[in-house]
Amino acid sequence: MEQVIANGLYLGAQYALIALGLTLIFALMNVLNFAHGQMYVLGGFITYTVYGQLGLPFVVALLASGITLAVIGALMEKFLFRTVIRRSHREESTMLLAAATAFFFDAVILLLFGEKQRGVPKIVKGVFNDAGIIMPYDRMVVGALAIVFIAAFVLYMQYSRVGRAMRALAQDRVAAQLMGVRVDRYSMIGFALGAMLAGVVGGLLVTITGVNSGIGGPISIKAFLMVMIGGAGVVGGAIAGGFILGMMESVGLTALREYGDVTYLVIFAALMVFLSIRPNGLMGKPWG
Amino acid sequence: MINRRSTLKSMALGAVSTLALAALGISSAQADNKELKIGFVGVTSGPAAAWGTSNVRSMQTRAAWINETGGVKIGNDTYKINIVTFDDQKDPKRAIAGMEKMAQEGIHYVVGPNVDDGAAAVRPVAEANGIIYFPYAFPKALYQKPASNAVLGMIANYQSGPAIYKYLKENKGVKKIAFVAANESDPLSQRDSGVEAAKALGLEIVAQNDTYQNDTRDFTPVLTPIVALKPDLLVLSGVAPANAPLLIRAARELGYEGLISTETAQDAKVLEEGAGEYANGFISVGGASTPEIASDAMKEFVNRYTKMFGEYNDESNTKVYALEYIIETLKANPAAINDVAEFKKTMDTFSAPNPFLKGDAKLSYVGMTSFGQKRQLSVPMVVNEYKDGAFQTLFVGSVD
Repeated sequence: MEQVIANGLYLGAQYALIALGLTLIFALMNVLNFAHGQMYVLGGFITYTVYGQLGLPFVVALLASGITLAVIGALMEKFLFRTVIRRSHREESTMLLAAATAFFFDAVILLLFGEKQRGVPKIVKGVFNDAGIIMPYDRMVVGALAIVFIAAFVLYMQYSRVGRAMRALAQDRVAAQLMGVRVDRYSMIGFALGAMLAGVVGGLLVTITGVNSGIGGPISIKAFLMVMIGGAGVVGGAIAGGFILGMMESVGLTALREYGDVTYLVIFAALMVFLSIRPNGLMGKPWG
Repeated sequence: MINRRSTLKSMALGAVSTLALAALGISSAQADNKELKIGFVGVTSGPAAAWGTSNVRSMQTRAAWINETGGVKIGNDTYKINIVTFDDQKDPKRAIAGMEKMAQEGIHYVVGPNVDDGAAAVRPVAEANGIIYFPYAFPKALYQKPASNAVLGMIANYQSGPAIYKYLKENKGVKKIAFVAANESDPLSQRDSGVEAAKALGLEIVAQNDTYQNDTRDFTPVLTPIVALKPDLLVLSGVAPANAPLLIRAARELGYEGLISTETAQDAKVLEEGAGEYANGFISVGGASTPEIASDAMKEFVNRYTKMFGEYNDESNTKVYALEYIIETLKANPAAINDVAEFKKTMDTFSAPNPFLKGDAKLSYVGMTSFGQKRQLSVPMVVNEYKDGAFQTLFVGSVD
C-alpha cells in the first residue's frame, strides 16, 4: 500500500505541474489551450537535444526549454490569440485557433524530431528501497523539483507585482483595465508563463518518461481532466486536480487490475457524476 | 518595327514552344522508363508513427536505390518505382480512404496497414478493386480463405511467441509468466494468443488481465502489482516501440529481475536511450537484423537508409522485405503487373534469392500451416536479445 501511495504522490506532483500552465492561460484569457500538450512535447525535445545530444548540463537544457517556450507563448499570444480575441465575438474562435496550433505543432515536431521515442541519461542514478517503498532517486528529485516549482509559482502569483496584475486580470478583465492594468502586456506575460511551465515540465519529465512526437494530444486531455476536477482557472484547483488524478490512477491500477483496463473508465464515470454535482469543479470560481 | 503587341506575341509563342518541347521531352522520357506505382497505407503520425514510418522509409530507400541503378526490368519494360503514401493515422476510416485513393490511382500493390482494425477495414476495398495488400496485422481471417488479397508482411506473434516461450522454458528455466498489454485490439489479441501458447507449454500464468492505456507515460503504477508476483518472464504483448523502454525501465526500477520479452520488432537506439542498461537481456523479434546473418546488400540498405533519413530504424530489418517481394514476384510473372490474379497464381510456386541474408536463403511465400494458403512473406524469424545498444541473435526460426 505504501508503494501505491508513493506512486500516487509522485504522479500527482508531475500532473499538477502539467496542469498549472493550462489553468493559468484559461484564467487570464478564457482560452482552452489545446496545444498545451504539444508545448510540453516541444520542451521535452529541446531538453533532449541540449542535454541528451549536445551534452550540456541538464539545468541549461531546462532553461532552454523554458525560455524557448516562453518566447513561443508570447508570440502566439501577440500575433494569434490577441488578434482573434479582438476581432471575433465568438469564444469558439479561440478554441479553433488553439486546436489548429496543436495540429501545427504536432506536424512541426514530427518533421523536426522524427517519429522515434527519445530519452536522455538519468540525472541521478540509484533506487531508494526501504520501508516497503521503491522509488528511483531521479523520480524523487523530479517530484521535489515539481513541488518547488509549484510553490515558487504560487508565491510569484501571490506576492509579485506581475502576479497581482495577472490575478486582477483573471478576476475581472474590464475592472483591471480601468484600474490601469495593461491588459495586453499581462496577457502576453501570462501566456508566456503558461507555455514556459509546459516547456519546463516537458524538459523535467523527459528524464523519466522520455518523449515522442505523438503524445501531445493525450497530455492535453489529461491536463484538461485535472483542470475540470479542480476547477478551471484556479491554481489551487489545478494542483488538487493533479494530485487527485495521480492518486486515483495509482490506486485504480492496483485495486482494479484483475478487471482489465477499467481504471480510466471508473475515473471518467466518477468525473461525470462529480461534474453533475459540482459543475465548476472543486474550487470552481474565478481566480482570487 | 517592334512594338509592345509583337513583343507579347513573341513571348507567348516562345512560352508555348517551350512548354510543348518540355511535354515532348517528358513523354519521351516516360516512353523510356515506365513508372510502377506501389502504395503504402499505414500510420506515420501519432504515438505509433514509428511502425509506419519505418515501412515508408524502407520502401523509399529501396525504391531510390533501384531507380538510381536504372530501374527494375519486368518483362520487356524497365520501370522506375514510385512510392505513393497515405497516413491513416491508425484510424480504420482513414485506412479505407487511403485504400480508395490507391484504387483511384490504379495501384494494385499496397504495403500496410500496420494494425488489426485498419487491415480488416480495408479488405472490402482491396478485394473490390483488385489490390493485393501486405498488412502488418495478425488476424487470421485476413489470410485464410475465402480472403485472398492480404499477405502478412511479418512473423505473427502466434508463430514467434510459442517458439520464444519454449526456448526460454528449456534454456532459461522459465516457469512463471506474466502478460501486460495496451488496451487496444492488436496488443490484446496478441496477449490472448500468447496466453494460449503459454498454457499449451504448461507454464504457470501469474498475470494476464493487466492492461494500460497506450498513451501512458509512467508505467510504475501499472507494473507495481505484477512485479510483486515475481514472474520468471514478463511478456509485453504487442508493445509499441515508444512504450517498450518505459515498461522495461519501470519494471527494473521496481526490482524485477526476471526476463522480459515481446513478439514485436523494436529499435535498439530507442531501447538504449529510454532504458539504458536496464534493457540488457530484453528479447524481441526482428528480421535480417544482426551482423551474423545480414548480407552486404542489407548493410548497403542500412547505409542508404541512414544517409537518406539521418538515422536507421531497426524495425526496417523486417520491413525491407515487402517491396522486394512485390518486385521479385512481378519479375517472375510480368502479367501480374496489372492483374492480381496472376500474382496470386505466382505466389504458390515463387522462389527467388533473398538478397538481405547471407548464404542461400530464399524469398518465398509461406503460411500453409497457419492460414491454409500461402499468404505470408517468408521473413527470417530472428529472435534477438538486446545487449549494450545492439541486438544479438538468440536463435533463428522459420515459418512454413
